[in-house]
Amino acid sequence: MLASHRASDPRRGSGRRGAAARLAPAALAALAALAPAARADPPGRVVSMNLCTDQLAMLIADEGQLHSVSHVALDPRASAMADEAARHTINHGRAEEVYLMQPDLVVTSTLSARHSTAMLRRLGIPVITLAPANSLKDVHDRILEMGAALGQTDRARAIAAAFDEDLARLRATAAARPSAVLYYANGYTLGDQTLAGQILLAAGFSNAASAAGYKSGTRMPLEVLAMTVPDTVITSSRYPGASRAEDIMDHPVVQTLRRTTTAATIADHDWLCGTPHVLRAIEKLVHTRRALQGDGP
Amino acid sequence: MSRLAIGLCLLVIALFAASLLIGPAGTAPGESLSALIAGDGGPLTLVMREIRLPRAILALMIGASLGLAGAAMQGYLRNPLAEPGLIGVSGSAALGAVLSLQTGLAAAFALALPLSALLGALIGMGLVMALAGPRGGSLTLILAGIAVSALAAALTSLVLNLSPNPFAASEIVFWMMGSLADRSLTHVMLALPLMALGGVLLALVGRGLDALTLGEDAAGAMGIDLRRLRLTIVTGTACVVGAGTAVAGAIGFVGLVVPHVLRPLVGARPSRLLWASALGGAAMLLAADIAVRVILPARDLKLGVVTALVGAPLFLHLILKLRTARI
Repeated sequence: MLASHRASDPRRGSGRRGAAARLAPAALAALAALAPAARADPPGRVVSMNLCTDQLAMLIADEGQLHSVSHVALDPRASAMADEAARHTINHGRAEEVYLMQPDLVVTSTLSARHSTAMLRRLGIPVITLAPANSLKDVHDRILEMGAALGQTDRARAIAAAFDEDLARLRATAAARPSAVLYYANGYTLGDQTLAGQILLAAGFSNAASAAGYKSGTRMPLEVLAMTVPDTVITSSRYPGASRAEDIMDHPVVQTLRRTTTAATIADHDWLCGTPHVLRAIEKLVHTRRALQGDGP
Repeated sequence: MSRLAIGLCLLVIALFAASLLIGPAGTAPGESLSALIAGDGGPLTLVMREIRLPRAILALMIGASLGLAGAAMQGYLRNPLAEPGLIGVSGSAALGAVLSLQTGLAAAFALALPLSALLGALIGMGLVMALAGPRGGSLTLILAGIAVSALAAALTSLVLNLSPNPFAASEIVFWMMGSLADRSLTHVMLALPLMALGGVLLALVGRGLDALTLGEDAAGAMGIDLRRLRLTIVTGTACVVGAGTAVAGAIGFVGLVVPHVLRPLVGARPSRLLWASALGGAAMLLAADIAVRVILPARDLKLGVVTALVGAPLFLHLILKLRTARI
């Protein structure tokens, strides 16, 4: 488990980056001499406009290479790297402010506001979009894609390899898989074909929502949840202020199904994005499963 | 009278049973009812007792109170367009409820939510009555209603948009259109005290409303205290609408459609229209709540969509009728 912390701890990450930065000039010079036509210089001023690309860029970019991240990356509920994000300039994903930052490259998700990215492209700014991760294999791929975009291929390869190694160590080989349902605000559930679904599987659970036919992300009526009778219901963590959408977590049906004392909650910052931080989510879930199965953590 | 009463009662019972038996879990009727009554502790009992029963009870209670409030207001104002949703009482109640939820007052003590909605409804109703005046014609009443509704809707949207909760803003639709999805017995218990109080108050105004059909002077001569009648109706309506809106959002048009349809059947007597509208309102909301589950089972279609689809054409028809009557 230590290795996973090492991979996902932002401070350790920046420490390693510091070391890499010290080594970098010599290595880069050597690379440039060996393969002068291989690639242009890595982009020197990068702006990220999406929570997930923010975190990948912060993990992989060279010191000073990443100029700005989105304001969502500052929110510790959604972002696993809020402290790190605070050291960057903040943008709000609007074309105007991003253009004025004069970036060499903009990285964002394929899901983010299309009119903003279209506008930036029209203004002649290169934009690279990364698809959201829907599986743990996608996490590996996105790390490499971000590495290629930032011109930090070697560092990205090392992070991806560490991720694969830690994942292999964590991945459960449990014989008996307890069934669980991921239950979000508004009664949303996520099936096997989603990143959260894959986190659940990797931790040794079986997804009862998928078994009931909810393969991707859709609303699962409370009645259907009650009738599937999972071993546990893993609910999303609550945001401040009140909402009817989140009231569903207090419904007697959900409370009855969460009778186990180890009922887990989904900490958004580890679950939302395809970054090495998902390993933390898997690790916590493995503890939940062990407690549920009664053989201690 | 009795034939109408029996017919309406049978309709409400049939719709209540249908409401208990229809849902996405898709279980056999006999099995469902035995799980509800016998209760074997299995998942079906959980579905019947914690999901469908509260939903059916809430539809019954809220529908009845909206019908009753509509009939009472129309009797008092002698105006067929007076309805809690249209004149902004439901919207103001929703604002009160949203404020108490977002400020955390609702979490402080159990009845804070319905009481805040009641306060909102009282303020909205007071504003409309003050703007339209006791003898206000249809036009002033509707204009005052539009003003209060628009203000309440704008403030509700503002409060929800300012909320730190990422889901709050998308719930503007719920507060404007109403829904009974995923409610529990907790919500029934929240709404019950105020709704019962308001129901009793409104049930007592029948004699006064009958007298009022002869004009205010005649009613006064018959010993009706008009100021007390007005106070009872305002308080009663605010109680039932506030309690209902606090748990299910603002549901419009029930109080407009039901009295309009039933008025000829009770000989246009306000006292008889009161109980008939209560039964009719319960039937209409139960039917609407069944419709939203049958049409889009997984999407939580809002109740107000269905009631407005039925009610808005009727509203237009009423306006046309009023216009020809004036000419």
